[in-house]
Amino acid sequence: MSKATTRTTTPAPRLLIALAMLALAFLLLPLIGLLLETPWTQLPALLTSTTATEALRLSIVTSLLAAAVATILGVPLAWVLARKEFTGQRLVRGIVLLPLVLPPVVGGVTLLTAFGRRGLVGQYLYDWFGIQLPFSTAGVVMAEAFVAMPFLVITVEGALRNIDTRYEQAARTLGASPRTVLFRITLPMISASLLAGIVLAWARALGEFGATITFAGNFPGVTQTLPLAVYSALEVSRDEAIALSLVLLAVSLTVLVSLRGRFLGSRS
Amino acid sequence: MRFPLLAATGLCLALASCTSQTTDNDDATTITVSAAASLTDAFTEIGADFTEANPKIEVRFNFAGSSSLAEQINAGAPVDVFAAASTISMDRARDYLTEPTLFASNSLAIAVPPGNPAGIASLADLQDPNVTLLVCAVQVPCGSATEALLERNGLEVTPSSLEPDVRAVLTKVVADEADAGIVYRTDTAAAGDQVEQITIPDEVNVINRYPIAATQTGPPAAGAFVDFVLSASGQRILKSWGFGTP
Repeated sequence: MSKATTRTTTPAPRLLIALAMLALAFLLLPLIGLLLETPWTQLPALLTSTTATEALRLSIVTSLLAAAVATILGVPLAWVLARKEFTGQRLVRGIVLLPLVLPPVVGGVTLLTAFGRRGLVGQYLYDWFGIQLPFSTAGVVMAEAFVAMPFLVITVEGALRNIDTRYEQAARTLGASPRTVLFRITLPMISASLLAGIVLAWARALGEFGATITFAGNFPGVTQTLPLAVYSALEVSRDEAIALSLVLLAVSLTVLVSLRGRFLGSRS
Repeated sequence: MRFPLLAATGLCLALASCTSQTTDNDDATTITVSAAASLTDAFTEIGADFTEANPKIEVRFNFAGSSSLAEQINAGAPVDVFAAASTISMDRARDYLTEPTLFASNSLAIAVPPGNPAGIASLADLQDPNVTLLVCAVQVPCGSATEALLERNGLEVTPSSLEPDVRAVLTKVVADEADAGIVYRTDTAAAGDQVEQITIPDEVNVINRYPIAATQTGPPAAGAFVDFVLSASGQRILKSWGFGTP
């Protein structure tokens, strides 16, 4: 394939290789450090503690829900950004990407100002329906979806811009409804990117800390996800914190490695 | 367009680090003081007074939960003075510290948002499951003090969140996101009229004692800061923020 030829014809400058190795070492050394410090013999006991199992369960449930929310809301947003022209589009795109650069703690504060029980919307939820989002599992999902959605929108928007729109036009000419075109042509064509976006969003949600502890608080079984459990554990027992980090790492790495082919493949 | 911006940022950072290095001559020293979150206001004022009295010593503060601070010191953070909210936290970093001295005490109080929406009148009211109650995580001094307080009074509560430090509890009560929070007496004093305080009577309360110590690697200026905290002026400031005598 053309991929193979481009790889062999470009000789790599030595400096490039050296910097690449440095980059890899930079990313790898902390992981090695973690593995070396892992209390392997105590690991089973540490990982079967209630704190660990509850946090893992909560992390998996909330990150999957957050990825779902990000997908259901993010794909339509990406479609609008990619396909429609409107005034203020650049501003809208900036706002969509804001959670990427915002410190997550600030994200949590902004969520409080909107959805806290004295927040812009939250006060009505609380006064009329008695719904209190902070300190609830729903609050965790919101915090995670808030920081994760931009990853999905950015990926899907890019894919939508890159596909050949003639297929969609052809389908329209043949009488397919816009909905049919979306589900039978557009989404299948971007499926690889869509999956990549979902996985990125999920991974971001899984590792979310700042917005969660600020907006949703920290209570075992309700809002204490794995990253929060790591943080709490760090205050007393390094071993427990390392063990919990290891779980987070194992889960993320498994998913990212098993999906790696999808990230790189079928791009052209 | 992005790259020049990045380059400019890098340049600024490089320049900033250069300038901060060059100001270090002329005998001026900067000391880093890691202090419990509950000391935020009192120590900020003490720091200002200290620098006024010792113009060549600049004090930088690192306020956080005492256990985090101890953990940072154990991990080799360049800290010159450590002021913790409990002796237990201080003992965790004991290997790196000089002999600690107790310099203040504190006790707990219930903070409620203005108007006391949940009508909290006493500790017992916190047991109502409909009350959104925030407490410190048991790993930090205010959390272990809270646990001792609840145990001492035989109370069963279900907090909505175990916050990483006492100021996180206070902030959320100020924001009216919670009906009540168990904090230090000094925190309600610091928050002024942003919160109301429900006093916990002394006979059922829990007292926390605060130790301070210079680290073994700290410069002489670190010892000078510790002495200042223990001096009459330091103690007066602590008292004005609601701390008790050690």
